Amino acid sequence: MSVQEVLPLNGVATGPSGQFRADHLLVAEMVKPGSKVLDVGCGEGDLLQLLETRGIDGRGIELSREGVNRCVAKGLAVVQGDADTDLVNYPDDAFDYVILSQTLQATRQPRVVLENLLRIGRRAIVSFPNFGFWKMRLQLLIGGHMPRTENLPATWYDTANIHFCTIKDFVELCDQINVKMERSVALDLYGRPVPLNLPWWVWNMFGEQGVFLLSRGGGK
Amino acid sequence: MHFGADQPLRLDCGIDLSPFQIAYQTYGELNADRSNAILVCHALTGDQHVANVHPVTGKPGWWETLVGPGRPLDPQHYFIICSNVIGGCMGSTGPASINPATGKVWGLDFPVITIPDMVRAQAMLIDRLGIDTLFAVVGGSMGGMQVLQWTAAYPARVYSALAIACSTRHSAQNIAFHELGRQAVMADPDWRNGGYADHGIHPHRGLAVARMAAHITYLSDAALHRKFGRRMQDRELPTFSFDADFQVESYLRYQGSSFVERFDANSYLYLTRAMDYFDIAADHGGVLAKAFVGIKTRFCVVSFTSDWLFPTSESRALVHALNASSARVSFAEIETDRGHDAFLLDVPEFFDISRAFLQSAGKARGLNGKGG
Repeated sequence: MSVQEVLPLNGVATGPSGQFRADHLLVAEMVKPGSKVLDVGCGEGDLLQLLETRGIDGRGIELSREGVNRCVAKGLAVVQGDADTDLVNYPDDAFDYVILSQTLQATRQPRVVLENLLRIGRRAIVSFPNFGFWKMRLQLLIGGHMPRTENLPATWYDTANIHFCTIKDFVELCDQINVKMERSVALDLYGRPVPLNLPWWVWNMFGEQGVFLLSRGGGK
Repeated sequence: MHFGADQPLRLDCGIDLSPFQIAYQTYGELNADRSNAILVCHALTGDQHVANVHPVTGKPGWWETLVGPGRPLDPQHYFIICSNVIGGCMGSTGPASINPATGKVWGLDFPVITIPDMVRAQAMLIDRLGIDTLFAVVGGSMGGMQVLQWTAAYPARVYSALAIACSTRHSAQNIAFHELGRQAVMADPDWRNGGYADHGIHPHRGLAVARMAAHITYLSDAALHRKFGRRMQDRELPTFSFDADFQVESYLRYQGSSFVERFDANSYLYLTRAMDYFDIAADHGGVLAKAFVGIKTRFCVVSFTSDWLFPTSESRALVHALNASSARVSFAEIETDRGHDAFLLDVPEFFDISRAFLQSAGKARGLNGKGG
């Protein structure tokens, strides 16, 4: 596990009832004002709008036509596209940050996508639901069925999320492809960061989602 | 607007066209710092009468759905310019104009023009109007080609670009349809090798057939089916003749015959040719992205799902090239079964997107509170 540092988490404590999603606020905190950002899988543009209020030049890619059209109708620079197939069209170092928010688990080739993120952007910010979360484990262990939560209500047969992983799995993948973790935060069910002084297996157990600021490893 | 011998239009074919004139309409007023001008580029059979009653047909402007009070392009906020393209037949110099060298109608002696030629002429008009940077260039189909040519040729003069149902190059299928139309015109005995004007006639029949064929490409199977199906025209049973038994036949015949009242046959040849020749990538070493390197223009690209003349794949190729150039681009595909023509019709989602795109660009440009 890489070094973790304490984040200034202003506003994150507003929780799920706040205007912005907890992980969005956390991501926004990680992006330096004035930088250029690509949000891959930007949905209806909530994060891009949040970033815009912070003076960040944001662009987006979204798979669903409805999502794209809502974004464009908000005046956001969003194009219809697929993280799995369209990232190759972007040149190296085109962005300061490339964000993949709650989308990694829905891609066909998470590893290739992750490599592309760090080719296009000097840094990447990735958040995903942690399948090692205790509630997930409990449903599989006791209930004997594929876990479903408030944030991931779809059944196994109609979910778009085809590549679930745990925080531990993700850390291992990053090690494998020489990606450096600059910051790592696990958020609990209420969007609160899991205390940093706890061992990482606690994160993997009590983090409902993980948010990671990544950069290219030294070997590249 | 007249351009004299001192200001020739340098054409891609190598000829200097001079003198020439550009017919145009404007709506709204230019603001003090000349930053609110929008150029609307018309499609193949359009003209400068974008939002006023057409002087020949008496019909409303061809894009009153988009341009007008309360519309996304509102003359209360923007200074809107629309000019007839060079080679056109509604007042700008074209094959139906008089050749000053002979005192006769140009006909086929008129030089072949290209989309870049049209844009070059527009740039001269914009210069003459005292405008340095256009707030936006907007157009669909051939108009969209002009929008893209503007951004490739004069990136610093275009703050934002709204390119609708278009492409950076004309496909083989599109060239084929245009060739069909041209051959229909040329097969009309009244065409007289393009010299019909000298005989006081016009190849109505050939041009009408060209229009009928083209009109089919602007629609879609689903739209035709919904509008006409196999319904009969004013009759219950087939007449066992070649009359227009079906409503769809009657409709097409009407489209053909009304078109020839307002359009010059040679102009149709020249403008279809200009579209055929269009290929931005070819002008940049075959790599489309090179046309947009370092561009600051804000783009919005719009396509329609049922448009098979300029399908979404063409827009997507453009968007990929713009992404590769790190351009700021929005791209929306709008679901409709109305085919290529959708850009001229009442499609609320398209208006919402156009309005928001211009508003957001206006905000960035510092056009305070502007944008309907």
